[in-house]
Amino acid sequence: MLDDFFTRALVAGIGLALVTGPLGCFIVWRRMAYFGDTMAHSALLGVALSFLLDINLTVGVFVVAALVSVALLLLQRRHALSTDALLGILSHSTLAIGLVLVAFMTWIRVDLMAFLFGDILAVSVGDIALIYGGGLGILLVLVVLWRPLLASTVNPDLAEAEGLRPELSRLVFMLLLASVIAIAMKLVGVLLITSLLIIPAATARRLSTTPEQMAIIAAVLGALAVTGGLFGSLRYDTPSGPSIVVAALCLFLVSIALPRRLGRRSGKEA
Amino acid sequence: MDARTTHDIIAEMRGAGVRRDGRWLVQGVDLSIRRGEIVTLIGPNGSGKSTTAKLLTGVLKPDAGTVSRVEGLRVGYVPQQLSIDWTLPLTVKRLMTLTGPHSAAEVDAALEAVGIGHLSGAEVQHLSGGEFQRALMARAMVRRPDLLVLDEPVQGVDFSGEVALYELIKTIRDETHCGVLLISHDLHVVMAATDTVLCLNGHVCCRGTPDLVARSPEYLELFGSRAAATLAIYQHHHDHTHLPDGSVEDEHGHEGHDHHGHEHGGVHEHRH
Repeated sequence: MLDDFFTRALVAGIGLALVTGPLGCFIVWRRMAYFGDTMAHSALLGVALSFLLDINLTVGVFVVAALVSVALLLLQRRHALSTDALLGILSHSTLAIGLVLVAFMTWIRVDLMAFLFGDILAVSVGDIALIYGGGLGILLVLVVLWRPLLASTVNPDLAEAEGLRPELSRLVFMLLLASVIAIAMKLVGVLLITSLLIIPAATARRLSTTPEQMAIIAAVLGALAVTGGLFGSLRYDTPSGPSIVVAALCLFLVSIALPRRLGRRSGKEA
Repeated sequence: MDARTTHDIIAEMRGAGVRRDGRWLVQGVDLSIRRGEIVTLIGPNGSGKSTTAKLLTGVLKPDAGTVSRVEGLRVGYVPQQLSIDWTLPLTVKRLMTLTGPHSAAEVDAALEAVGIGHLSGAEVQHLSGGEFQRALMARAMVRRPDLLVLDEPVQGVDFSGEVALYELIKTIRDETHCGVLLISHDLHVVMAATDTVLCLNGHVCCRGTPDLVARSPEYLELFGSRAAATLAIYQHHHDHTHLPDGSVEDEHGHEGHDHHGHEHGGVHEHRH
């Protein structure tokens, strides 16, 4: 039978995937992949600051990721540099500052690898409670936010003109993203978080015809990738986080190898 | 059209302007829209047409002047050059409820009204330009808006499609009695059902009925007399302002020549 730590990893990973799937759809739709990466990289700065200030790790990571997204919003308004250049600056400088800070804190032994690549096999029952509690909260907010966020994804002016509030929904979405990164960091690490957001969503695209369908399919595919990746890592003795990403990639490759769905202009079927 | 009293005004701006990076995009715009009125904005590229529309709908806040809308004004907006990313799966049916819930019956009725009822299950990315514009119009329409704002709705649509879309806008106005703010992509083509034309070039150059604007010296200076010769080219096809009481002529006396209204009505029947 499964070892206890393995079951915990499986439960934790599936819980995470159920949240990253729907959230990741918006990242794909809004072309925010690099933005997600930047927030994830800033998580390491959050880790360093948490140690320095002796605060809760998850809280520290969330605060730094949220601050980075607000900083990006403000920098974008100044139109000084293109968004991808700004993201490049923020992404790597926060990662680098985090690494430098960790090196300065000689009184603490920090296992960097655990934060860069995560260690899903080390999750505790408390972690699982956080994933499911936090994840449920994130999904509930996402459900409430769904219509305005989707409308502003299609066109912010349209959403604004018709009385929805695109700026607010965008801000709340960023906070959700910061929370999921804070929760996920321990499991898959800052370098691989975005893959759990993007790959299942991208895989779901060709299997869906409505945004809602795509969100649900992405959640299911993410859970499948976690399951496949973890069993694979057990069997072949490979690192668990990367194995999950490889499993997600395999699902993606299968999805693009599938024949294109029939009825592209499927009006007649209705 | 109707009794033109001020309480029919659903949205208006006074001396409104928007400033960006030290430059006025538009300045000193006075504009009001009444229920059932069609106002068309024309002007060269960068003249502030879209900016003006965004001011009126509240997407942009004025840096000068005031903009007011009646309480609870319901806006239907057809933005300019909307492109929906391929990564977002969206059927025509789903597009209809993008900004608010509507019953399946309402959605079907709106799609039928714009003539694309058969495409309700199709993905929006696979529609032709004309079909997509119709879908966007149906989406704005299904909201039963008080104010319909259309930013270059016929852009990228071929001529016969264009004629049909203008006809559709007029039908929507006639049936729902909403105010319509229409931005024309073409400097010298204004749909004939237009009540008021505003010619913009950073400010309001001239305004009035289509005929009046076409003859105004400001318009001629801006676009030349050849443009004036073709302004309101749809006048003879679409002018249905022949109310029995003859009130069409009350404002400027230029709208009396609409005898062709019915004669060309058949033109729009063969749009498929």
